[in-house]
Amino acid sequence: MLRIEGLSKLCGAERYLDDEPLEGPLKGCLWGMTVRSPVSRGRIRDIVYGAGFNWSEFVVVTPDDIPGPNETYLIENDQPVLAPGYVRHMHEPVALIAHADRDLLRRALASIRVQVDPEPPVLDFRVPPRPEQIQRGTDNVIKQLRICKGDVEKVFATAPIIVEGEYETGAQEHVYIENNAMAAWIEDGPAGDVVVVRGSMQCPYYVLNAVKHALKRDETRVRIMQSPTGGGFGGKEDYPSTIALHAALLALKAQKPVKIVYDRSEDMAATTKRHPSLVRHKTAVDRNGRLLAQKIEVILDGGAYVTLSPVVLSRGIIHAAGPYSCDHVLIEGRAMLTNSVPYGAFRGFGAPQTIFAVERHMDRIAQKLGISPLEVRRVNLLKDGQTTSTQQTICGGTDRHALLERALGETDYARLLAQAEEFNREHPYLRRGVGIATVLHGAGFTGNGEVYLNSKVDVAGLPDGRLEVLAASTEMGQGTNTVFTRLAADAADYATDDVLVGMPDTFRVPNSGPTVASRTVMVVGKLIERAISDLAAQLGGGGSPLRGKALKDAIIAWHRVNGGGSLKARATYTPPPNVKFDDKKYIGDAYATFAWGVCVAHVEVDLRTAAVRVLHFTSLQDIGKVINPTLARGQVQGGTVQAIGWALSEELKFKDGGMANNSLTNYIIPTSDDVPPIRVLFHENPYEHGGGGAKGVGELPMDGPAPAILNAVAHATGCDPLAIPLTPERLMPLLEATP
Amino acid sequence: MAGATDLLVHWPIRPEAQDKTYLDLSAISELRPFRWTDVSLHIGALTTYWDILRDPQTRAEFPLLHEAARQVGAIQIQSRGTWAGNIANGSPAADGVPVLLAYDASVVLTSMAGSREIPLREYYTGYRNSVRRSDELITSIILPRRRYDFSVFHKVGARRAQAITKVGIAVTREAGARAANPWRVVASSVAATVRRCPAIEAFLASGALVRVPSDFFASIDADIRPIDDIRSTASYRRTVLARLLYHSLRGVSATVV
Repeated sequence: MLRIEGLSKLCGAERYLDDEPLEGPLKGCLWGMTVRSPVSRGRIRDIVYGAGFNWSEFVVVTPDDIPGPNETYLIENDQPVLAPGYVRHMHEPVALIAHADRDLLRRALASIRVQVDPEPPVLDFRVPPRPEQIQRGTDNVIKQLRICKGDVEKVFATAPIIVEGEYETGAQEHVYIENNAMAAWIEDGPAGDVVVVRGSMQCPYYVLNAVKHALKRDETRVRIMQSPTGGGFGGKEDYPSTIALHAALLALKAQKPVKIVYDRSEDMAATTKRHPSLVRHKTAVDRNGRLLAQKIEVILDGGAYVTLSPVVLSRGIIHAAGPYSCDHVLIEGRAMLTNSVPYGAFRGFGAPQTIFAVERHMDRIAQKLGISPLEVRRVNLLKDGQTTSTQQTICGGTDRHALLERALGETDYARLLAQAEEFNREHPYLRRGVGIATVLHGAGFTGNGEVYLNSKVDVAGLPDGRLEVLAASTEMGQGTNTVFTRLAADAADYATDDVLVGMPDTFRVPNSGPTVASRTVMVVGKLIERAISDLAAQLGGGGSPLRGKALKDAIIAWHRVNGGGSLKARATYTPPPNVKFDDKKYIGDAYATFAWGVCVAHVEVDLRTAAVRVLHFTSLQDIGKVINPTLARGQVQGGTVQAIGWALSEELKFKDGGMANNSLTNYIIPTSDDVPPIRVLFHENPYEHGGGGAKGVGELPMDGPAPAILNAVAHATGCDPLAIPLTPERLMPLLEATP
Repeated sequence: MAGATDLLVHWPIRPEAQDKTYLDLSAISELRPFRWTDVSLHIGALTTYWDILRDPQTRAEFPLLHEAARQVGAIQIQSRGTWAGNIANGSPAADGVPVLLAYDASVVLTSMAGSREIPLREYYTGYRNSVRRSDELITSIILPRRRYDFSVFHKVGARRAQAITKVGIAVTREAGARAANPWRVVASSVAATVRRCPAIEAFLASGALVRVPSDFFASIDADIRPIDDIRSTASYRRTVLARLLYHSLRGVSATVV
């Protein structure tokens, strides 16, 4: 099946918000811009508006203009919409200005000086804070979590071999192709005026909740619509609430439409990033490499506000022990408050960080024992019936050992190794190596998250017999609409042309949950199937559910009888049976199911420059049933490319706590020339509780490449890299120290 | 302004750049072509990287021009960007300037008062500063036609394409020993300007044996002043320069073994 909106994207007919003409509701629109903090922490003394501008022509919004609480609604509501006299990170929004002339606005913005009495910021999450740096509780800890299975200390006391390691990962910018953008305007409604916000987003109901909260309105007077969205990767999970509120506040004050479109440098400097991490491992093993005890400490840089850090930490620690069986596991995690831009959701959501650590650590265990990286995984990979660190019993029929052997066979791993070693004997300055990683990714929200979300999907039968899927799940380039269409058509036995999937609009669609956590096809897809089967059963009048032409005819007939009526069926989430999680003790089924993967990286290191080039990459993934092979392959290849960037080149450079390399020139994402051929293999094992038998695919591809690549670099060069991004600047000293 | 590729990158977000007045040379067709004489190649003020890339004779006689042009930005930039603009912009990370220096180019500066020819190695006086007066334009670049028995260009960027040079070298060895020292060594992104490296050149001509890259450090330290900046570190730049020189010249120079 071709991608639904593929042709309009290909020929440029689909428009991002920035490209939309200022017509219709945007007629007479003003541009909005954001006055930001020039320092990482301090008390605002004054905002000085530059001379030479007629400020009465501008709309200016300060915290006093916020009708409700000055809070961005999320887990703890601790992030203000506009800094109320006190700033906690560089580029924090302080005030808003709007004007019809975008160039004039840009100049006016540059004239504004925010004067701040600085206070000592926390700029390194790894170092315990000094008293004058404390800004939360007594220790700046945002969240602390613990998983405990067995008794690690007892094992350590008598363990024959202990291997320790400390691993670090850096921040990462999403670099979606479309920068954050949002428009807002005021419309008349039956219960008073309605604030309408339309823009680039992953989660329309997150935006709705945020706007309702700070504007003190109910959902009849706030309407959120998604516009065609150019990528998210988590960067449009929570941030759009901020920019939506900014646009709405300006529109309310101006009583005119307002559009805010960030340019790349502003988007990179001011919006969320992947959490930097420090992970310490202490592992007891026997001589065969069997894991006897794993003690793991996970520390995340949370940035200046709580935002999503508690749940990123939660997913991070649950994945920290890897896809391995071990009877004694202690994992302690904490997210630290610092004066950086708040770190937020990013594809993988904490798991890539902890999986990087455990997969590098497994190779280092093998090295210490003098066994192969394959052997240490063969000995420890989970088998069905064994339990994870949260004591979740793994079942479902995927044989992870067979997955590993298949990946080794498909890549001709043994020959690759031999060829690399032969190449290295001959070449004066190039070194080749091969590395592997075995990974897992929990699909859907963690623990009881899906139950709390209580997601809903409506399917409507239209007067002409077609079906319309009504869900808040967003298309952002990953293929939601195409896959939803396929699932609905299959469930109803319809042609795909007879299924509509509209852009989410909170006046029309129920809350099917956020478009995150690899949950859309698996969880929401299943709800679509259930809603269709309910509709078909409803129209079948107690007989067998109608399908295909019979269903279509019945829908048309219903509308003939109930002229002007609305024919809808709704499905609400129910968890699969026997899935139970204790979210106080972190014991039980952390996810309804896991997806599994094996990555093999083949790299070449140039000893002249310490540049690492990935020559070839193979990714074998068990994602349940593949619904659309092209889109699924695209997810795996895209995730791999993003992970290659995170592993090797994407480095945030900070100056005084702010991003200094906030441009595509200096923040180095891979070009097509830096990306190897990526071979994607699927292991199909349908998951009965997922839409079409699918498990999540969005995030798993982000987990394996970084450790596989670093393991390959270690193999190629004999050095022992422990931190990413492994830039040439970071690798060169290791090479210099390696004989 | 010629190709304007340096200027327009930041145009939308730099109002202060928009407030300046620019003289657009792009329509002066006389400045575009390059031409050959018996003794030299004259590159015009508006000759682009792409003009050179399309020309087989420059590839045969000045192969480093092709090597460098292919690694500037992407095709869009190569088709607009000019060699003279690369000199005028004065970036220490320039890709065109090193190979011009390695071929001992000179710059023709023209004003209402007349023209003067300045060796490119004497053109820069400091970071983005040069001997060019504000009433002068670069009207051509002259490369003497000489025989070379070795030449190499390396650009080290943070990725394989679309990258700004973190450290680079251009090296030529002139055949037939016209001068006392046949080596020309040029380094980029390791000082305030792209620069010739007289100490390294002298070291290569001295007959001293080079057994490991670090044997170059003494002469490298005499020639360059690398810094830590947003793109790299001083230490990396110095190490890579030594390693590139060593592996490029190993087996080429009898003294690098």
